[in-house]
Amino acid sequence: MAKKQMVRVRVNGRDRHAEVEPRFLLVHFIREVLELTGTHIGCDTSHCGACTVLLNGKTVKSCTVFAVQADGGELFTVEGLIKDGQLHPLQEGFKEEHGLQCGFCTPGMLMSCYSLLEHNPNPSEEDIRWGISGNLCRCTGYQNIVRAVQFAAGKLSHEKKAQGAVK
Amino acid sequence: MIPPSFEYFRPSTIPEAIALLKEYGDEAKILSGGQSLIPMLKLRLARPAYLIDINRIAGLSYIKEEDGCLKIGGLTREGELEASPLIAAKYPILLDTTRVIADPQVRNLATVAGNLAHGDPANDHPATMLALGAQIVATGPRGARTIRIEDFFLSLFTTALEPGEILTEIRIPTPPPHSGGSYFKLERKVGDFATAAVAAQLTLDDKGGVETVGIGLTNVGPKPLKAGKAENLLRGKKVDTALLTQAGQLAADEAQPSGDLRGPAEYKKGLVKELAKRALSRALERARK
Repeated sequence: MAKKQMVRVRVNGRDRHAEVEPRFLLVHFIREVLELTGTHIGCDTSHCGACTVLLNGKTVKSCTVFAVQADGGELFTVEGLIKDGQLHPLQEGFKEEHGLQCGFCTPGMLMSCYSLLEHNPNPSEEDIRWGISGNLCRCTGYQNIVRAVQFAAGKLSHEKKAQGAVK
Repeated sequence: MIPPSFEYFRPSTIPEAIALLKEYGDEAKILSGGQSLIPMLKLRLARPAYLIDINRIAGLSYIKEEDGCLKIGGLTREGELEASPLIAAKYPILLDTTRVIADPQVRNLATVAGNLAHGDPANDHPATMLALGAQIVATGPRGARTIRIEDFFLSLFTTALEPGEILTEIRIPTPPPHSGGSYFKLERKVGDFATAAVAAQLTLDDKGGVETVGIGLTNVGPKPLKAGKAENLLRGKKVDTALLTQAGQLAADEAQPSGDLRGPAEYKKGLVKELAKRALSRALERARK
């Protein structure tokens, strides 16, 4: 067995650390060490995107990254979306627009959609479909996921305007 | 699905990385984006005893024009290429190519250099670099050297990189005025490897004839292919529909596809012919702008 290495990561705003083998995949680190089981393992081939998280601000497939690569970095998982018991507009959108059925792809979808809206707050349908092109869903046919993102985009821009008005 | 065990190093400079590569020889692999390597480890198709993670080495991530060339650093991510205004404006063939590589998550980590260094004929950038006449800068124990792209791909998963060498820069001669290029890829679904793909880059002379042309083929042979006969046909001529069809046919003849789940060999040859016509047409369109 290879020598274990220390991994220190800031996860959803909290500092966490553990000693792991270099071959330990980030998705296993998230699920088994951090016990954040929202991030899912959907395939063995880096295709499905159910394991998508944000590492240092960018979406990655956590099944295709080693935990040691995240050392010193910042991790944002689906558990980080909810704030003080309030659903993130994306989560609300998936609820309102029926953007999930079995829910297995949903955490990965949420993270990809989160990143999409960060870069493009007013995406077209084509932009949304491009943004989730790394996430497979076997249940929904994607159209309600698109509607969920449109819902969230609308809510987020509304919130932004409201904040501006308060000033 | 669990990768085999390996020792892990994270050098902070190129000389450190090269020293490690030299020490461990062919038991070591560079970990860059990892988006080709890690899936191979998970399937245990590769079992390097040592992984050298170069992601923390500073100064390797850049896209810039200098000395008449576009220079792309060894750690430049596909996503950075995709977002670059310079690439969109002056090298649209590269934007065409990076956009059809895998998906957004993979493109956040995958590097252009890795896409070339892996030596996989199914990767997309090799054909584009062949069409562009690029140069590879390899840095190793004896310093840096440049390798012409035509000499870079040797066979399946084998490039001209010597033991101890790291691909640190890609250089593309900045095309002169009246140049254009494009990349056309057919895939079964978004993110797939190409069933077939063609890259075409050309420059027109002041009479509208083809002065220079480069055509690269993806995933239709044991290594990325240069469609030399098609290029020879076009050079010095004014392009019309008939000539495009002939060039497409020659490119198809030069392809050596294998039949597989993506389709029979004859089908892939037919694709090469059609995609070559489309890539050349779009390249012409862009050159005439």
